[in-house]
Amino acid sequence: MTRDEAFQQFLLRMGDNTLILGHRVSEWCGHAPVLEEDIALANTALDLIGQTQMWLGLAGEMGGGKTADDLAFLRDVWDFRNVLLVEVANGDFGRTLMRQFLFDAWHSIMLGRLLTSSDDRVAAIAAKASKEVAYHLERSAETVVGLGDGTEESHTRMQAALDYLWPYVGEMFVSDDIDAQIAAAGIAPNPADLRDEYDALVKRVLAKATLTLPESRFAHKGGRDGRMHTEHLGHLLSQMQWLQRAYPGASW
Amino acid sequence: MRVSTDQIWSWLDAVPDPEIPVISVVDLGIVRDVRWDADTLVVTVTPTYSGCPATSIISMDIETALRDHGIGDLRIETCISPAWTTDWLSEKGRAKLEEFGIAPPQPAGGPERCPHCGSKAVEKVSQFGSTPCKAHWRCTDCLEPFDYFKCI
Repeated sequence: MTRDEAFQQFLLRMGDNTLILGHRVSEWCGHAPVLEEDIALANTALDLIGQTQMWLGLAGEMGGGKTADDLAFLRDVWDFRNVLLVEVANGDFGRTLMRQFLFDAWHSIMLGRLLTSSDDRVAAIAAKASKEVAYHLERSAETVVGLGDGTEESHTRMQAALDYLWPYVGEMFVSDDIDAQIAAAGIAPNPADLRDEYDALVKRVLAKATLTLPESRFAHKGGRDGRMHTEHLGHLLSQMQWLQRAYPGASW
Repeated sequence: MRVSTDQIWSWLDAVPDPEIPVISVVDLGIVRDVRWDADTLVVTVTPTYSGCPATSIISMDIETALRDHGIGDLRIETCISPAWTTDWLSEKGRAKLEEFGIAPPQPAGGPERCPHCGSKAVEKVSQFGSTPCKAHWRCTDCLEPFDYFKCI
């Protein structure tokens, strides 16, 4: 794989993460338990979709003049490079916020490292996105603590959410040849190198939330390399891409 | 004939922000540069938040305003670096925000006082308010809720 091809894969991984999670979170719009949470979720989704435009915009430029919209709406499951964590179904509000926290923690650490990327365009996107993600992490961490250390029912649901989602965390830290190539070029850190900082952050918040971290390090994989997505992604795309599938090329 | 960039800046200072119409796009600090590229006027704009839906409306409003002033040849460029910061809000903009009922951003991370009654007894309701750039707060003295312009 050439350096440009590896770079494009890296951009797709970043942009597909924010696109798919942004869409998932937007599914809550109008359905959250209280108005303030509804607005917060919609705002988080909006930030993520905005970041997607930057990542996929750059990936499209590198890939022969495609737009972020082309990449979002005209690809099918096997072309997506997001981690499985972001595509799993929302579940209840607690699981949605637990997923958000587990992702935000990784996202904030990753973007922090990308601020010093050897590629100016990547550093610029990271500078913009990291300001937004600081607020995402603050909110998701606070909510995880509030619900984890809340009532008996909220605690039970948050522990169940953590147990369900934890096996999807490992994929964010698996490094492959693409990562090695990108890291060698100074564009992005090797994902495996972020794990210690991530574990420290997650442990600190989960302890405050009175939740127990599962011991197993088993990790579902296959999203970042597109080898095997979960069945959830196809359902998500059939909704997100509905217009382009029903009316190919439609625009306004 | 080229209009001076000072004149362009003053025209832009009359273009209201679509979400918060009491302040102008210049007050908001999102117009980063105005320059002539031969006979084309180039206006550089930076988004507040990357997903802010007002960004495209703002570009359209700027274009409409300048065309109304007779600028036919213009181009709007978007620039994300350096990233927009609330430090770029003008003093005039901050005062107008507060008058409008939105607490201006503070480096401390929360509003200095209630924009309605001036009380310092305020509490956060949610880190996310009616738009991505605002948080939702409330005054525990006058009991009114209000928006706080988040510091980024």
